[in-house]
Amino acid sequence: MIYNDEYETMPREALEAIQLRRLRQTVERVYNTVPFYRKRFDEAHVKPEDIKSLDDLKRLPFTTKQDMRDNYPFGLFAVPMGQIVRIHASSGTTGKPTVVGYTRRDIKVWSELMARALAAAGVTQNDIIHNAYGYGLFTGGLGVHYGAETLGASVIPVSGGNTKRQITIMRDFRPTVLTCTPSYSLHLAEVAQEMGVDFKKDLAIRVGIFGAEPWSEAMRQEIEKKLGIDAVDIYGLSEIMGPGVAIECIEAKNGLHIFEDHFIPEIIDPETGEVLPYGETGELVLTTITKEGIPLIRYRTRDISTLYKEPCRCGRTLVRMARVRGRTDDMLIVRGVNVFPSQIESILMQYEEVAPHYVIIVDRKKALDTLEVQVEITQQLFSDEVRKLQELEGKIEKDIKETLGISCKVKLVEPKSIERSVGKAKRVIDKRQL
Amino acid sequence: MKVIQISVFLENRAGRLAEVTKALAEADINIRALSLADTSDFGILRLIVNNTEKAFEVLKDNGFTVGKTEVIAVEVPDRPGGLAAIMDILAKEDINVEYMYAFVQQSGANAVILFRINELDKAVDVLTKNGVSVLPGEKVYQL
Repeated sequence: MIYNDEYETMPREALEAIQLRRLRQTVERVYNTVPFYRKRFDEAHVKPEDIKSLDDLKRLPFTTKQDMRDNYPFGLFAVPMGQIVRIHASSGTTGKPTVVGYTRRDIKVWSELMARALAAAGVTQNDIIHNAYGYGLFTGGLGVHYGAETLGASVIPVSGGNTKRQITIMRDFRPTVLTCTPSYSLHLAEVAQEMGVDFKKDLAIRVGIFGAEPWSEAMRQEIEKKLGIDAVDIYGLSEIMGPGVAIECIEAKNGLHIFEDHFIPEIIDPETGEVLPYGETGELVLTTITKEGIPLIRYRTRDISTLYKEPCRCGRTLVRMARVRGRTDDMLIVRGVNVFPSQIESILMQYEEVAPHYVIIVDRKKALDTLEVQVEITQQLFSDEVRKLQELEGKIEKDIKETLGISCKVKLVEPKSIERSVGKAKRVIDKRQL
Repeated sequence: MKVIQISVFLENRAGRLAEVTKALAEADINIRALSLADTSDFGILRLIVNNTEKAFEVLKDNGFTVGKTEVIAVEVPDRPGGLAAIMDILAKEDINVEYMYAFVQQSGANAVILFRINELDKAVDVLTKNGVSVLPGEKVYQL
């Protein structure tokens, strides 16, 4: 279903005219209200009036996560605090948290975009949404919550954690939609099984909207098979807004439609900063063109994706981004080869003998990088013959070598020995002292 | 004529084996025979116990990866050449042994050896025809 027919199916020329108008307004505003941007634009010798076409966007300097940290907490806000109605922040696991503020209008836009996203995933006002994204400083919980209310669906604000209670609620309240991280959905399935609850027969979930961490197509199939649902990918980041920046339509499940009447996407070469054409893979850069609280110009998301502008069969004219393959900072360089955890995940998913829980450990021994993949074996396919288990390790190692071009060590570990997370799964441990 | 063996997947981690034996001890289960196969990454503990079903459940409830495998228990005369004669019978029939280990306890004057063989039925058949005694499960669990 299309929530906002006018904007989601607008002819490209009309959409681009709106984008240009909104971009120019945003650039003008940040230049006059945020000292950081005035300084950056002056250093780059670019004035707001130089932006005459969408193509001129590339003349503007990038904004990075580091810039947000340097201006911690409110330095990039473009309105006085009196106009801010909500503050969110990133977890800050990799440094100072990044803080974002929303005006009343920002919240309204976010709610509408999230409602559009839910509708694209096939959700209607008759659905009950089990929202297991964390509520709090993280944007996931409240983002989905407001979108659900705007759409008119019923929302259960269950938040993260207490997994057994979540299963009980799903069994008793009979929600039809599940929203959480993809790895948590598999954990839910595991716990349901332990509790003797059949996810397919005893629960009413028919669609899951999963995001906040990179996942692979193979993992989608795994989730769809295990949970007996449609799994849809959603994209967003707190710096830009939160969930609802882009969503897959349930019709195609092939690329995420970016709500371009509010954001302008670009793909750049992460090394050189050069803008890449449609169809090429690189770092996703987003510019907000309607945000009031904290507008961001050419924000480097560090997410690796590709943009496609071929029309989609759902009828939306919006550009699609490929599911995020990983992050530029998740990208491991092992013996000079670029490795994304998602590539390893895709390989592991092809084996029934192992569970989709894994951790990648990179170390350096005598100046040589070593890559170890620990993966849980499954109870059902456990063999008591050493030879068979070693053959399995060998087969996976060979597959990884063939795909990535580097050798690695696969180590089978006991079920449930890899730490489960209710939020974003930690897949990589880099022990190298670089 | 088959014996059910319990196998447990063990990560190479200090204390893991102790957790298995502790769980069994608390459930009052007696270990009749055991063998540990190990690689650099993991080990597989194989056990014959006096109460297979209970041991299986207890270990599973304690979060271990447990499997059940059929093996055969063969009485081997406790004298030079005793085992050789049995291996010879199997070799002549082209029966491959995956692994084997011995019982601590004797059965009368004989040693008891457990064999894991893919063609179990054929092995039982061949051994019995050649006058070798293959012990039934009930007897083995109570040895």
